Amino acid sequence: MLQITGVSRRFGEVTALSEVSLEIRPGEFFALLGPSGCGKTTLLRILAGFESPDSGAVTLDGADLLSLPAHRRPINLMFQSYALFPHMTVAKNVAYGLERERLPRAEIRERVEEVLAKVGLAAMAGRRPQQLSGGQRQRVALARAIVKRPRLLLLDEPLSALDKKVRAEMQLELKRLQHEVGITFVVVTHDQEEAMSLADRIAVFSAGRVEQVDEPVALYERPRTPFVAGFVGASNLFEGAAHDGGLDGGELGVLPGTGDLPEGTPALLSVRPERIRLEDFGVPDGEPSEEPAAETPEEPAEESPEKPVESAESPEPAEESPKEPTAESAESAEPVEDAVPEESAESAEKSLEEPAAESPEKSPEEPVESAEPAEDADPEESAESPEEPAESAEDTDPEEPAEGRGVLRGKVADVSFYGGVSHISVVVPGRPAPVLVATQGATRVRTGSAVALHWAADDGVLVPQ
Amino acid sequence: MRRPRLLYVPFWVTYVFLYTPIVVLVAMSFNAGKSPYVFAGFSLKWYGELAGDATIREGLVNTLIVATGSTVLSTVLGTLLAVGLARHARSRVLDALGVLPAVLPDLVLGIGLLVFYAAVKMTLGLHSVLLAHTVFGMAFVTAVVRTRLTHADASLEEASRDLGATPMATFFRVTLPQLAPGVAAGALLAFTLSIDEFVIAYFTAAPTTPTLPIVIYSMVRFGVTPEINALATLLLAVSFTVVIVAQRMTRLTESLS
Repeated sequence: MLQITGVSRRFGEVTALSEVSLEIRPGEFFALLGPSGCGKTTLLRILAGFESPDSGAVTLDGADLLSLPAHRRPINLMFQSYALFPHMTVAKNVAYGLERERLPRAEIRERVEEVLAKVGLAAMAGRRPQQLSGGQRQRVALARAIVKRPRLLLLDEPLSALDKKVRAEMQLELKRLQHEVGITFVVVTHDQEEAMSLADRIAVFSAGRVEQVDEPVALYERPRTPFVAGFVGASNLFEGAAHDGGLDGGELGVLPGTGDLPEGTPALLSVRPERIRLEDFGVPDGEPSEEPAAETPEEPAEESPEKPVESAESPEPAEESPKEPTAESAESAEPVEDAVPEESAESAEKSLEEPAAESPEKSPEEPVESAEPAEDADPEESAESPEEPAESAEDTDPEEPAEGRGVLRGKVADVSFYGGVSHISVVVPGRPAPVLVATQGATRVRTGSAVALHWAADDGVLVPQ
Repeated sequence: MRRPRLLYVPFWVTYVFLYTPIVVLVAMSFNAGKSPYVFAGFSLKWYGELAGDATIREGLVNTLIVATGSTVLSTVLGTLLAVGLARHARSRVLDALGVLPAVLPDLVLGIGLLVFYAAVKMTLGLHSVLLAHTVFGMAFVTAVVRTRLTHADASLEEASRDLGATPMATFFRVTLPQLAPGVAAGALLAFTLSIDEFVIAYFTAAPTTPTLPIVIYSMVRFGVTPEINALATLLLAVSFTVVIVAQRMTRLTESLS
């Protein structure tokens, strides 16, 4: 329906848009998403007719759009500031566009009443915009734009001026209205949550270019550029080169991931925080939180004398109520390491894949944190494991702590809980930024705990750099 | 915290200095005696004399014609100039030139206009004063409206265009209502300035059509009479009213935006 071809726009030295091409389909809810200054608003203003591109073409239903002045375009814009006329009542504001079309008075009145009812403001028709709340103003702005029945409705940061509660309400409202009136919506936003929740398809902008156009889920799960991986949703990005079965992260070893990139291509591996599973080894004794986890293999060994006793007494509780052992998580963690000691010694690659693949089974021992918990625990494995803790401490080579203990090891730097999700940042030696992990519900992991991180190859996406 | 009393002294001294002459002038206008310096009892006789003075009446009529005409002209032109400067010309030089006549010395403007009228062989009269007053009145209107425009929301005009209004309809239905308080304040300013403007009027008026300030000036040359005091008091009343109205208007404007 709307075809944007090779549109460029420069402001002096700044390139606001560079060779942007997009196709917007009829009836679609389309979002232009990007950080401020990425050119999305310039594109919107070009569509509305307030700016003209230096080069490129825009056609609406096959007809050239750029040659039409703003007031002749079958396109309406809902302004970020709403731009309601302060000297007119709500009804007058809404009627303004229809009056310009010189429609008969009766029809104008009818359509104004209809649209005000649709946005739930019929009672406010006689008020001035100043007398309305933010949410109500936004509805008036929306009503004023859709009453003209445009081919295309542009919305500039439609929800940014609203407080959080009203925002969620309006989000639903916008979607509902879009279905009802059947107008194609193009929304500009810097808020990725807003874009994800509203749009059918999203074009991600960065520095005047379109990075990726996709449906929200695809954008989230299969980012195609480093920018998208970083911008859409929280993500852990690892730098390195493509490698069989994942990414060769240099110091960090091979990290599991998927993507069809030729071996050795510089790439980023994107792993979503909620895809990472934590294995908790507890806070090392006497060393509250200062030492990096990789250097603390001895400390668990100090505790080990206690363990056999406990595990002998209660191997069952360990499986049945995986939450219990958490307090002494050090002991429950050890076994995991031992479950795969031989394989891990064989090859770095293999050992890295193994724990990730096996992780669902092992989760009972890393009691709380695992996203997929204990149900399918292998009783034998857990029963066995407590018997070899002392060994494991000896076995553990300080140089290769990651082996058999997940993809990466690190220490919890911070834990915060909000929105029903625990956000845990883990400092991993050899990586400047902490790795973020998100788990459903309140976590029992404490700051300073030594942890191992697991994820499967499917959970990591390789992005060419 | 209490401020030291001493700090109030310069404040009050300044006000006394500013307003004593005015208070004296107003008081003496009600003087029953003939001397403008010695108060000899209350009387409205000089106001009566004023009403009967044909020269003053003529001057007043001339002044009102000039002030009204130049206010209308300068308001229309000044508003258009301000809109043009704000919306279409992104030039600081043009901006400065637009309001320059407001700060130019009257003498320069007066002589310049006189030379110009002579060059185009225009006869002097009320029309020449009216045009001269329009020149500086327009500058004041432009300055006031321009300020208001910079605070006005440009997206309102875009919204109007977006909703299908032609540029003309947008100007009359959205831009102008937004500017109305500024335009009114500018008009009041132009009117008050024109009423008591002397220097430019002196240069550009014909001897047969003196404005009120010129009439007063010629009267004062032969000594100040209480009649002049009465006239000055009336002018003062007009100015005060206008200033207060203008102030109210700006306050109204601010509370609106």
